[in-house]
Amino acid sequence: MIFSLVAFAAVALVTPFAARPLGRRVFPIVAIVPTAVFGWLLTLVPAVAAGEVVTERIEWIRALDIALSFRLDALSLLLALVVTGIGALVLLYCTWYFRDDEPSLGRFAALLLAFAGVMLGLVTADDVYVLFTFWEATSVLSYLLIAHDAGRREARGAALQALTVTTFGGLTMLVGIVILAVAGGTTSISALVANPVTGLAGEVGIALVLVGAISKSALVPFHFWLPAAMAAPTPVSAYLHAAAMVKAGVYLVALLAPGYAELAVWHPVVIGIGGFTMLVGGWRALRQTDLKLLLAYGTVSQLGFLVLVVGQGTRDAALAGTALLLAHALFKAALFLTVGIVDHAAGTRDWRRLSGLGRRMPWLAAFATVAAASMAGVPPLLGFVAKEAVFSAQLEAGAAGEPWAWVALVAAVLGSMLTVAYSVRFVWGAFGTRPDVAPVELHREPALMSLAPALLAAASLVTAFATPAIEPLLATYAATLPGPDEYHLALWHGPEPALAISALVFGVGALLVWGRAAVARLQAAVPDWIEAARGYVHLVGAVDRGAARLTTFIQSGGLPGYLATIVAVFIVGLGGAAIMNDTLPAGIRFADGPAQPLVGLAMIVAAVAAVAMRQRIAAVLLVGATGYGMVLVFGMSGAPDLALTQALVETITIVVVVLVLRRLPRRVTTRRAVVRAPVRIAIGVLAGAVMAVLGVVALGARTAPSIAEGLTPLAIEAHAKNIVNALLVDLRAWDTLGEISVLVAVATGVASLIFVSGRMGGAPRLEGAGRRERLRPLPEQADSMRSARRRLADVEHETDAAAEAASTRQTWLLAGRTISPRNRSILVEVLVRLLFHPAIVVSVYLLFVGHNAPGGGFAGGLVAGLALVARYLAGGRYELGEAAPVDAGALLGTGLFLAAGTAASSLVFGLTVLESSWFEAEVPVLGTISIGTSTLFDIGVYLVVVGLVLDILRTLGAEIDRHMDDTGPDTVAEETAEVRA
Amino acid sequence: MTASLTLVIVAAVLFGAGIAVMLERSLTRVLIGFLLVGNGVNLFMFTMGGEPGLAPILADGVDPEDLSDPLPQAFILTAIVINLGITAFMLALIYRSWWLAQLGEAGDLIGDEDEMVEDAEEAADLIRSSAADERAIQEVLDASDEDGGRA
Repeated sequence: MIFSLVAFAAVALVTPFAARPLGRRVFPIVAIVPTAVFGWLLTLVPAVAAGEVVTERIEWIRALDIALSFRLDALSLLLALVVTGIGALVLLYCTWYFRDDEPSLGRFAALLLAFAGVMLGLVTADDVYVLFTFWEATSVLSYLLIAHDAGRREARGAALQALTVTTFGGLTMLVGIVILAVAGGTTSISALVANPVTGLAGEVGIALVLVGAISKSALVPFHFWLPAAMAAPTPVSAYLHAAAMVKAGVYLVALLAPGYAELAVWHPVVIGIGGFTMLVGGWRALRQTDLKLLLAYGTVSQLGFLVLVVGQGTRDAALAGTALLLAHALFKAALFLTVGIVDHAAGTRDWRRLSGLGRRMPWLAAFATVAAASMAGVPPLLGFVAKEAVFSAQLEAGAAGEPWAWVALVAAVLGSMLTVAYSVRFVWGAFGTRPDVAPVELHREPALMSLAPALLAAASLVTAFATPAIEPLLATYAATLPGPDEYHLALWHGPEPALAISALVFGVGALLVWGRAAVARLQAAVPDWIEAARGYVHLVGAVDRGAARLTTFIQSGGLPGYLATIVAVFIVGLGGAAIMNDTLPAGIRFADGPAQPLVGLAMIVAAVAAVAMRQRIAAVLLVGATGYGMVLVFGMSGAPDLALTQALVETITIVVVVLVLRRLPRRVTTRRAVVRAPVRIAIGVLAGAVMAVLGVVALGARTAPSIAEGLTPLAIEAHAKNIVNALLVDLRAWDTLGEISVLVAVATGVASLIFVSGRMGGAPRLEGAGRRERLRPLPEQADSMRSARRRLADVEHETDAAAEAASTRQTWLLAGRTISPRNRSILVEVLVRLLFHPAIVVSVYLLFVGHNAPGGGFAGGLVAGLALVARYLAGGRYELGEAAPVDAGALLGTGLFLAAGTAASSLVFGLTVLESSWFEAEVPVLGTISIGTSTLFDIGVYLVVVGLVLDILRTLGAEIDRHMDDTGPDTVAEETAEVRA
Repeated sequence: MTASLTLVIVAAVLFGAGIAVMLERSLTRVLIGFLLVGNGVNLFMFTMGGEPGLAPILADGVDPEDLSDPLPQAFILTAIVINLGITAFMLALIYRSWWLAQLGEAGDLIGDEDEMVEDAEEAADLIRSSAADERAIQEVLDASDEDGGRA
């Protein structure tokens, strides 16, 4: 079985490619798969009919007890034969139904084949969750197949309806499945049927599962999707919506009936809804002028009939139900395929425009008549055999004291009368001759196209006589249900009540046909109160509109609105929790040391001023002041590493912020505030208050000793004296690895946002300044310099002569001369020139001593970055390129690679990820250093930080410079001068 | 554990001020608010270390009992550097939106009403489209009914 499923999947995957050269000839080729499986299944019939069960099992999700388990018993085998047999015939039929130029033919063939495979999986699965997976897969494939002609509105609408309704049912069913599987303690369907779940769990679970079955089999109130699905190509209708997919619900009812037919919820749902559906479908079928829709409503009716019969829960009803299922698959597929041929030949499916087809397509008319007769239950056809069995089973169950059996019998008899009437209507409508209608012009169809309906019609006839051959299989399933086992399927049982009922059915059916006009008047007079389709449209429309309104309501304020909402939740939620809390700290100190209140006061003033300040750059500088206040707090409270890092970051931040803000207008406008100022201030005050309370409460809640005491021995073990650094590069190195990954992502993001095309590379270089030449005086004719100078000279409204004069000045920085003399400061250039290399040395020093003293990769990298910032500020963008002639991305990548590589390399030595190893050495100046994997890791951090700063400078600095030069002289140029000065 | 009242108050003021600024419509103000909130939260974390002591460096002759709690310090150190990265990213966003808009001083404002109207119209179009699909199939069904779908 599993092999068959894999074969279906594999062939379906290659079908679209095969279809390109093959065209519609791909259909007979792919039809080989279901044909072969059908043949294999046939060989199993004798053994399975004798009671043997074929099982296959592959463990899947052990923790949830879900296995890919498959089980072929009598019922599964019957369904599998129907699915593969009719699947093969329909695929073959497609060969003549489509033309080579049909759009997306390959996809269609693949989907149809995949559908057959999925359906096979559905009827053979023994694990409820696997069954559910196939169940939903049929919904999705059905959606795709109905929407094959995606250009037509009705196809899209129908596909979406089918998907919405069947997945709604499927999800409901999933809940029921979970209830049953949990309550039953197994996911095996056979086990759940053998040991049924009873009580409330069983009732609720089964009710929910039945909702799934009802929606899939298009029973009232979900029946409307099936007629709509007729927008699909006819082979799809014949297969999915007559023979295969809709049978899934019937299959499920039949599968569960042996275990659950006794539950209180079972009969009302199955027989009540089944019977009602049978009548509604038949009633509406009798009104249709579109032959395909007539069949579709007929299918709805028949599905109700099938569910009603197989759900009865007796042995005879099961036998009758499975026979009816087989009969229905044969005649309904034949009839749909016939409609497809009629549609192709005549160009319409509306019988009011058809006339004389019977005479001109006698063979097709004969096949269709046989199939329709089987539908109506006319002897000697399988439909008759099945219907006789149904009436007998219902009479017997009713006589045994089952009240629902009488309900079922009445519904079946009334429904069968309607069936007779619409069967006649179909044959007469398709093939009759109407004097008032001009014979339609027929387009000749290949004779082979009638092959599939012919075979199916013949099967309806042959199986009726071959009941002894098919009965053992059906009886093996039926035997799993209670009841006497004397009844056998046969054409002739002698004079018995069922025969009389059949006669009554034919009689009334004939009356309905004869009094057609009167029936039509009666139908027109009855109000259309079964209008589930309209109800559905209204419901979906209401949901859509509601969702749109909800979205507009929730997403109303833009970013400030959302932030305000988030903060409000923070205030209410955490503030409320904090008020209810009663843990207060043991004591409160006013401050740590005399300087802290002074620093704190300065920070408060700066923060409040930043709120009031409308000028961008001034506000940023005030924020910077709070940052430097942090440096002091950290420095005074035993956190030198933090003080160092904060100082470096604060400086770089201010520079970078100013670099960008120089291009923006100086003042922030205040018009049309989303959150008005008083509200903003109130939210801010409340948030701050909650934060203060939380801080006090959180400290009070800390009763257990800090893990800081445990960190000391760990740091010693990590060969580190600086515990903070040991935490960063060793004890909590995973965290740091994550952090530097974020930095790499951020740097890439920054570059991507600013560089319009291509964010790779380093800062711009001076042309001709490669290798050794960099050390020599710059070539006077360097084009880039010249043009850059000229541009800047234009901006400054200076003469070329002055620019020439400027360029010949002595320079301290390599690219100093690319800056206009007015913006140059010799003093700054000299300082930067003198300090740059020492700064790099210091950064490396910090990197290596970080393990034992304040410093480390972060601080070292930031110092190096700051040195680059200085070079850029003093010498402009070309200077940055000369100072760091490397690709920023390469630095970032190398750093991350080094850190991650170090982390992973310990695996090679049989250690866990990030486990460190060392060797120690005496190094002059630096003292004793222990080089370990954690040091390599820190070097990675260092490189990432340098790369980040370089990337920020070359984008937010150099690239924005270039934009400014490109956009020409405007107010911006003055601001540049201001910033540089 | 005891708290330093000064630090708690400073952290709360930085946080509150940051939130108040963040709620404005200018992205630059959002950035300024973000920086303030970042500092406030870092300070808040720092107070969780309890009473400060010596720098958490195991120099010779130092009693581990006297050291500051290193754990919040490690967290804050990471946070400071991440803040730098996020700041740069927000700056890039600010510059990019200004560059694209080129609308002078309205350039770095977050759009609201106009965009929402557009969104709502787009959603309404989608709903109309799917409703039209539904109507199309309903018409086909009605057309086949003998009295041509009275309802």
